[in-house]
Amino acid sequence: MSNAVEAKGIYKNFILPHEKKDSIKRAFTGIFRSKRKGYEVQKALHDVNFAVKEGEFFGIVGRNGSGKSTLLKMLAGIYQPTKGTISTHGKLVPFIELGVGFNPELTGRENVYLNGALLGFSKKEIDAQYQDIVEFAELERFMDQKLKNYSSGMQVRLAFSLATRAEADILLVDEVLAVGDAAFQRKCFEYFKELKANKKTVIFVTHDMNAVREYCDRAMLIDKSEVQLIGSSEEIAREYALLFMDKTSDHAKKGNGKRWGNGDVAVTSVKTKVEKDEIVITVKAQAKKAVDKLIYGLHIMGQDGAEITAMNNRMIQAPDIENIQPGDEIEYTWRVLNIFNDGVFYVMLTLVDDVAETLDWFIKADTFTITREQRSTTAVLPPVTVTNTLTKKK
Amino acid sequence: MINRLQQRYHYSLILLRELVVTDFKLRYQGSFLGYLWSLLKPLALFAILYMVFVKAFPVGDKIPHYGVCLLAGVLLWNYFSEVTNTGVSAIVGKGDLLRKINFPKYVIVLAGSLSAFINLMITFVVLAGFMVFNDVEISKTILVAPLLVLELFVFALGLAFLLSALFVKLRDINYIWEVMMQAAFYATPVVYDLSFLPEKFQKLLIFNPVAQMIQDFRHYVITDKSATIGTLYGTEWMRVIPVGFVIVLAIGAAWYFRKRSRYFAEEI
Repeated sequence: MSNAVEAKGIYKNFILPHEKKDSIKRAFTGIFRSKRKGYEVQKALHDVNFAVKEGEFFGIVGRNGSGKSTLLKMLAGIYQPTKGTISTHGKLVPFIELGVGFNPELTGRENVYLNGALLGFSKKEIDAQYQDIVEFAELERFMDQKLKNYSSGMQVRLAFSLATRAEADILLVDEVLAVGDAAFQRKCFEYFKELKANKKTVIFVTHDMNAVREYCDRAMLIDKSEVQLIGSSEEIAREYALLFMDKTSDHAKKGNGKRWGNGDVAVTSVKTKVEKDEIVITVKAQAKKAVDKLIYGLHIMGQDGAEITAMNNRMIQAPDIENIQPGDEIEYTWRVLNIFNDGVFYVMLTLVDDVAETLDWFIKADTFTITREQRSTTAVLPPVTVTNTLTKKK
Repeated sequence: MINRLQQRYHYSLILLRELVVTDFKLRYQGSFLGYLWSLLKPLALFAILYMVFVKAFPVGDKIPHYGVCLLAGVLLWNYFSEVTNTGVSAIVGKGDLLRKINFPKYVIVLAGSLSAFINLMITFVVLAGFMVFNDVEISKTILVAPLLVLELFVFALGLAFLLSALFVKLRDINYIWEVMMQAAFYATPVVYDLSFLPEKFQKLLIFNPVAQMIQDFRHYVITDKSATIGTLYGTEWMRVIPVGFVIVLAIGAAWYFRKRSRYFAEEI
């Protein structure tokens, strides 16, 4: 299959003047002060390369201000890249916003023709499907009223009804789904399913990881103006979640109330390995003072912070670590049966002595990620078996 | 060949059509008489011009059909002024649209100009009415009129391209243009005939393409007593200068607009 969209070495810099030189006076005074740098260069995108195959549903995700909308606008030809080339094959229609060009002073009918023209429909083509458009928008009675008298919901419905008519090979969609009520969102998703079934090429910018998982064949993660990763939608959705996680665990390392204790014995390193059947957590700690008996605990929390399991060595009949002298190094390894469902998890480590003095209480000591073929709404799936019998009526 | 051209400009044509229609619909939006105003305005204008310049200050005795000459001048000037004034803010005013969808930007400016042109054609109906009413002798030189109107169309459109593109970067342009149009109104024979001025002024001002065009229009359509660049200099070839200027400006403006239009969306 050939590429529908190809971006090679895309750079985009925005020049932001400190004082906008948009009047003649400034333009002239600027000549004499040209040595002073009157602008700042904002790097919106840095060396972006990717290709979208024909018929692919491709997601672009990233935090606010990461440059993803700028990228979409460049794909749509609205902005020009500072460097690099973008090539597209086939008719491209962008949905940066619904109802582009709607004029409140015109009637619904007139706006259909105007917006239709922007989407590339001639008057004849709109004439032919006018009835369908109006019916789909459920606005039969209102078409001869001025648009300014429409509710915002009615406007969106009309715009969406028009947008779904667009005969494009490539569609660029920018979080249009964020607006509208639940019923409208359902309509949008139905339209998406239809696009997918019809093998249209769709490039979809979003924050909604569920939508990415559900519709996208592949996705791209953009952060800090650069492509971080291109991969399966599962991979990207997870990586995206980690972007927010990293920030919090940074806090944890600095303390910030996420870790406390007297520090007589403190964790120095945590390594978490996800194996097929087990999660292996290796912890190293060092003692500053003598400790008689050390009780060590492990908690595992879900992404929302709810505890999934909590235990210490005594609860599983493992021995305490005894007779620790200052300077001693400790290492212990937890092996937890891998019954976790798809998602991101936190590891919390605790060290206490036998008089219940807290030595180290390390809330977000580490994270690990589980990938499953199937998604689930629950955090864990304990080993379960089930049997059944069916007794036939005699 | 025609097919290929049609394909290439298919989108532009659809868009152009819709934008002109929209512009025209919005022109007399909400007014009771609506499109009738396109006819009523020049009618009222003629009444005013007639009262002021034919009855109150009868300066135009030596030119026959002076009132009609003035009306022609004012209609043509109004067209020129409308196209350039709306042209200045045409691109910036559609900034919202430009940031949402990519389309050929020249369509916006062209649509504004065409909408004003259609309006001019309607007002010409009134002008023709007054010509008949005033017993203007219609000679076959009237056939030059479309060429003259074409010249004005190209000049106004060229300026609109230049101004709209400049306005994106320099927001002083609209004020500058407003002042220039005030000055140009008096420097152009709109509410007077060029022949009232001392000859050296006539010879200078006639190089203004709008002056040349209005005087030609009066001369060829209404009365041959009106001066043209040809009668002033004794050779019709002098017309090459203002017409040449119009062509050079239009090509230059189109080139500049085309070059800048790629960056309109991010600079507005």
